[in-house]
Amino acid sequence: MVEETLMLSRLQFAANVSFHILFPTISIALSWFLVAFKVRFNQTGDPVWMRAYRFWVKIFALTFALGVVSGITMSFQFGTNWPGFMETVGNIAGPLLGYEVLTAFFLEAGFLGIMLFGMNRVSNRVHTAATIIVAVGTALSAFWILALNSWMQTPQGFEMRDGVAHATNWFEIIFNPSFPYRLIHMVLASALTATFLIAGISAYRLLKGDDKRAPKLTLKVALFVAAVLAPTQALVGDFHGLNTLENQPQKIAAMEGIWETESRVPLLLFAIPDETSRENHFEIGIPGLASLILKHDINGELQGLSEFEGNHPPVAPVFYAFRIMVGIGMLMMAIAWFGSFQLMRKGQVSALTLKAIVAMSFSGWIATLAGWYVTEIGRQPWLVSGVLTAQQAATDIAPANVAISLVMYCVLYLVLLGAYLHTLFVMARRAVEIEEIKPEEIADARSRTGQNTIKGEARYV
Amino acid sequence: MFDANTLAIIFIALMGLSVILYAVLDGYDLGVGILLPLEHDQHSDRMVASIGPFWDANETWLVLAVGLLLIAFPSAHSLILRELYLPTAILLISLVLRGVAFDFRAKAPFSHKPTWNRVFKIGSLLAALSQGYMLGMYVMGFEESWAAVGFSLLSALGVAAAYTFIGACWLIMKTEGVLQKRAVGWAKKAVGLCIVGTFAVSVVNPWINPTVYGRWLSWPNVLYLAPLPILCMLLFAFNYRALSKLPASGDRGCWIPFVSAVAIFLLCFFGLAVSFFPYIVPGQLTIWDAAAAPESLTIILWGAIVVVPIILCYTAFAYRVFWGKVDELKYY
Repeated sequence: MVEETLMLSRLQFAANVSFHILFPTISIALSWFLVAFKVRFNQTGDPVWMRAYRFWVKIFALTFALGVVSGITMSFQFGTNWPGFMETVGNIAGPLLGYEVLTAFFLEAGFLGIMLFGMNRVSNRVHTAATIIVAVGTALSAFWILALNSWMQTPQGFEMRDGVAHATNWFEIIFNPSFPYRLIHMVLASALTATFLIAGISAYRLLKGDDKRAPKLTLKVALFVAAVLAPTQALVGDFHGLNTLENQPQKIAAMEGIWETESRVPLLLFAIPDETSRENHFEIGIPGLASLILKHDINGELQGLSEFEGNHPPVAPVFYAFRIMVGIGMLMMAIAWFGSFQLMRKGQVSALTLKAIVAMSFSGWIATLAGWYVTEIGRQPWLVSGVLTAQQAATDIAPANVAISLVMYCVLYLVLLGAYLHTLFVMARRAVEIEEIKPEEIADARSRTGQNTIKGEARYV
Repeated sequence: MFDANTLAIIFIALMGLSVILYAVLDGYDLGVGILLPLEHDQHSDRMVASIGPFWDANETWLVLAVGLLLIAFPSAHSLILRELYLPTAILLISLVLRGVAFDFRAKAPFSHKPTWNRVFKIGSLLAALSQGYMLGMYVMGFEESWAAVGFSLLSALGVAAAYTFIGACWLIMKTEGVLQKRAVGWAKKAVGLCIVGTFAVSVVNPWINPTVYGRWLSWPNVLYLAPLPILCMLLFAFNYRALSKLPASGDRGCWIPFVSAVAIFLLCFFGLAVSFFPYIVPGQLTIWDAAAAPESLTIILWGAIVVVPIILCYTAFAYRVFWGKVDELKYY
């Protein structure tokens, strides 16, 4: 085992998976927003929903394409860099990945063409069905991959024979202890990421002088949904934390920066964890709050990292990433509530709030990445808790090869990320130039949906 | 339900199915990418539109093929991808680039379009070349020699030519007018390259590979297997003759080149499979050595039995929806 190869493989996997997750995080929830836009169009016959659909389906297509191609890279990584992973737990991971490809990837890809380009070639009903099927596909994909990831965190339903894991109970494997919490937490993270992207781009269009109904409508929908989901996410996150305390107490100890087992543990708002002296510097905390949150008792005892010495994750990255995630979550809740409040009171959002919303367009990405760093780094040194360490799974190819591929991937990802962000705003500016809904669009909406009286019609003539 | 040995055969068959579907399907869309005329914007748009609704699903067959290799033959998966580490990285990067270029060329600022067109073309070409190179190295059992590298380079060119050929045939079927005429011209040039390439690979392979030589040229195998190359060459001739009659009035027979190209792909693939079965890594690892635990394979097999026919049905449905000549690429 070459130490450099392990380090470089870790970096490469982190780069790949971090880049990849950006896009599914948007598309998992954006697909359901598209379903909602399409269904509202069918119900009301109001062309403004079709406008919203058409604008966001283009962004969906771009996002989806980036997700697909970066996902293909992932499926090769297991073999190229982590051969020990499949050799040891392939009997578990294989079927879960296989079901993801069979039930989710093909479903999405098979109906995406009809969803994107087929509206004039199939009936309105078939097109709506295609939109729903694509959304179901993205949800199924999240289901299987999170089942696998959760199994790696809290494995059960298997036995080891000659160093290889063999499945004994598939129900236990899929519905392992951390799976329900992680799945809901991730789906909500995706929803919040998508709402803030929709709100951000819509707000950007309004600030650029777009006075059409579509961006105002999508801003409103996104803000209201975010206002409900942000506190829900905080609650779900709390349950997820309690579940982690039960199954992976060392991860919680790292998240909260608890070095020694003690009771009445403070909730640290800020600190600099020091791994060598095994203590925190510059602590600012609220006494007893961590005990209260995690044990529902202000004097509750929490296990410290010293009980897991040599077998716990690096503390600082987990500690900081957790604070970034929670901080952004709070900020999202504040902005969503304030924006919704303005909408309800005055019927519109002030220019300053719009600017804040634009600034928060990609806040979901940062929170989601930070959350994944907490849970993935928090599992170290294990790749599969108690079964396989990352070191055991790594490849033994020459470090130079990994270095070359790592550099190529990093350059590629930076270029693509830049192009993606740039293109989103280019598309938003192009949408500003388009004129408000025309009579022929109303006629078109009428013929597609079969609605004779269109709710918004008076506003266009 | 099935014993371990039968499962290994079922899974290599499933994998073979996804590999050949991938080669045909992504083959034509990579080929269209390779042919993209950078100087003619309207033709480029039309060509990209012809593959627009399909490329994503086409690439999913690669994910399934690699997935099945990973799931059913994990030790072969790590062995193959370790040996092919850098070509794999190049393949992946090319696939990423061409996949995103597809979207960016239509959505990024108009001034960037020529650049994304170029990325699309080069990405498609590099993907085809690296696949061919990987195939060559695989056939040579990852031997580290100049002969192996030379053969792999030949195979790289062969695969790129084959994809270009099937891509041009696809365009003949999906387009009309001037573009169709151009596609006929491309197909005629590509089919010549393919004939040379197929011939070269078929001669060189048994010549440097004793096992393959034994398999094909020993008695009585030669009797059963001889129809394969003969049929292949007849199909090439048939294809060439069909091309020289196109475009015909009323667009008659515009589908013949594509269908015969698919048949040629099937025959070549079958020829390769015959050369190496039951080895999953030529000369090193058989499918039985490499297969995963039977209980895990059984559980995926059930899924595959239920899901694969459904996938084939809705794939057919998508092709029916976009049947006929391609119109303008528009997000409706």
